Amino acid sequence: MTERPLKQIRLAAHFPGVNNTTVWADPRSRSQIEFSSFEHLARTAERGLFDFFFLAEGLRLREHKGRIHDLDVVGRPESITVLNALAAVTEHLGLAATVNATFNEPYELARRLATLDHLSGGRAAWNVVTSSDAFTGENFRRGGFLDRADRYTRAAEFVATARELWDSWTPDGLSRPFAHRGQHFDIAGEFTVPRSPQGHPVVIQAGDSDEGREFAAATADVVFTRQASLEGGRAFYADVKGRLAKYGRTVEDLKIMPGVGVVLGDTAAEAQERAAEIRRQQTSPQTAILTLEQIWGVDLSSYDPDGPLPDIDPVAEPTLTEGRTRRGNTLEIAERWRALSREKGLSIRETVIEAGGRQSFVGTPQAVAAELDEFVQRDAADGFILVPHLTPAGLDEFVDRVVPLLQERGVFRTEYKGTTLRSHLGLSEPVWKG
Amino acid sequence: MLHLSAAVDQPSAYDAGSYVELARLAEHGVLDFVTLDDTFARPGLDALAVLSRVAPATGRIGLVPTVTTTHTEPFHVQAAVATLDWVSRGRAGWRLDVSTTEGEARLFGRRHAAPAEALWREAGEVADVAAKLWDSWEDDAEIRDEPTGRFIDRDKLHHVDFHGTEFSVRGPSIVPRPPQGHPVRVVDASEGQARDIAARYADVALVRSVSAAQTRAVRDQLRAAAARFGRDPDALRVLAALVVDLGDGEHAAEPGHGGGGPRQTAQGPLYRGGPVDLADLIASWHGEGAVDGFHLTPAEPRRDLERLVNGTVALLQHRGLFRTFYPGSTLREHLGLARPVNQYAGEAS
Repeated sequence: MTERPLKQIRLAAHFPGVNNTTVWADPRSRSQIEFSSFEHLARTAERGLFDFFFLAEGLRLREHKGRIHDLDVVGRPESITVLNALAAVTEHLGLAATVNATFNEPYELARRLATLDHLSGGRAAWNVVTSSDAFTGENFRRGGFLDRADRYTRAAEFVATARELWDSWTPDGLSRPFAHRGQHFDIAGEFTVPRSPQGHPVVIQAGDSDEGREFAAATADVVFTRQASLEGGRAFYADVKGRLAKYGRTVEDLKIMPGVGVVLGDTAAEAQERAAEIRRQQTSPQTAILTLEQIWGVDLSSYDPDGPLPDIDPVAEPTLTEGRTRRGNTLEIAERWRALSREKGLSIRETVIEAGGRQSFVGTPQAVAAELDEFVQRDAADGFILVPHLTPAGLDEFVDRVVPLLQERGVFRTEYKGTTLRSHLGLSEPVWKG
Repeated sequence: MLHLSAAVDQPSAYDAGSYVELARLAEHGVLDFVTLDDTFARPGLDALAVLSRVAPATGRIGLVPTVTTTHTEPFHVQAAVATLDWVSRGRAGWRLDVSTTEGEARLFGRRHAAPAEALWREAGEVADVAAKLWDSWEDDAEIRDEPTGRFIDRDKLHHVDFHGTEFSVRGPSIVPRPPQGHPVRVVDASEGQARDIAARYADVALVRSVSAAQTRAVRDQLRAAAARFGRDPDALRVLAALVVDLGDGEHAAEPGHGGGGPRQTAQGPLYRGGPVDLADLIASWHGEGAVDGFHLTPAEPRRDLERLVNGTVALLQHRGLFRTFYPGSTLREHLGLARPVNQYAGEAS
């Protein structure tokens, strides 16, 4: 049996956003909103020859116990607008915007994405997310109109409609009228933007649910997943790639990229110490209590974060927090956390830290490079979306210390070969369907 | 103070470079701002996106895209305009417009075409809610208070609870208050339906007319209406909007050319003549107190903007009628407009 050639690793960077991953109290932490922060992180990602730069989205500030959440970074700019500005200060880096398919309309969003693709010379990507959240809907004309079951049918029709609009211009520059009539959209007219450099901007899909996996297999170019363990990743990878054939697609057509945190040290022990310190910074005493309240669904402000877990049971359907979804059965989570606390003798804060650890790769640059490589060669991922814990310098160390090792291993590019994001990702040009 | 601005519209330009070039040229002429028009109905890129792309490639010039209010989500619109202000470090404006045709309505499939009057009333509501959302964060809301673990002071964030005729918004915005407090709002006040909205919400009103007397009359009307809405009329800049064709040289004899003043065309009032004659016209209308300045749309984008900057503007500078450098860095500073006070400041959330 011949050995298969080494798979090439895809890398992308996530701008540290609105949750307790981002350590704002660190003295090196700078503005989350000023353009210079976005510019620094994007330029670092481009220096590291990354495939793309990824922005999340918020459409309503989170609330907890009826008040605006105040413990984590809050507030961010609108993502497509920032990415257009970043197109001016980068040359190759892909520019990925998270945009909700529930609170937007296909004509307008297809036009904004095609515009970004033109202005960046073919570097645009759209991370499709959905919402069924009436809380978020209170900021929109639509309101909270969509059933949970309809989110993906609307999203799928949304993506298909956007592609019809992008295909309404022929590759040689002729505009033709379009008409789309479906369950969610009944629209017609002429699209105002000629076919963009990539034909279709890259479509990214986030989400690990069964519906999300099916949607990704049918539609997406890249999957952004939370799966970050080797075994979990391999199972997810096999499952999602296994769904492609029935849509006439090959395993090359969809890249699987988990979001991961990386902590480096000169020795393994130093890296572990730094990771522990970062987790402590990410989980202040106030954040520990809040995390518990999200699960228990009741006010726990009288509890001592350095004391034991509450002996009362959580309410079955907690509604204390709005604007953020926590998956899973809260009674089970509470039981698991109590067991963890008992077994290791952990306080509330220590339990939250232990249970919610986010750093997927901790070690020396050599060890991390080897581990990332192993994940990719063993089909647990095609690459990674790095989620730094600091703005804006959180990617510097990875680019300086790990990227060269990946290049030495022959699994990461030493220069950009093409100019478009599709070419970086090894995705083919979309076939024009006029 | 004389205010000058120009359009950088270019039919069928889809590359960033040509827009950057024109904006830099206008900045070389120390103009207050450039506009880029937009509609969902005819070929063209998203204007706010183009000017966001231009922002890092320029340093001082104001950037004013048209963003329509009829088929868009007010929450998205205010966030995008605020973000343009962040990426340009305080140089964003927003030219409000409405979509009146059934053709535009069919692109969205959500509502039918409506009369301009109703759409402008809605545009006013969008302007109003946008200002509320920009104010929904007080300037000093971000506190990064380590002892209490609080990133923000939530008493300095506010729900806006806006209920309009066509939409409602709970708020607060997702974007912190932009550098200018409120990006500059521009409204074409030539048509009657838009005039009240301009008087009530605009920082800059554009008036398309062919004579100084006509422009002065509209300016007086706008200022009186602004006062009725409880505004200081001096906080409203009224600019005469002209299409300029500088291809024909100086002192063309016939009326409508050069010294004869602008004439009415289907594209709006058109000035044809040379850069020197245009400087005379600008100096004369402004000197008579008919206008606060001009918004000029080059008939031939590259040629006429270049002649405008290197001819007309240079001459006005030479005569001491127009500045030779930007004394400030934000568009509000160029226009001599104060940074708005936050309407929620001091109010508990």
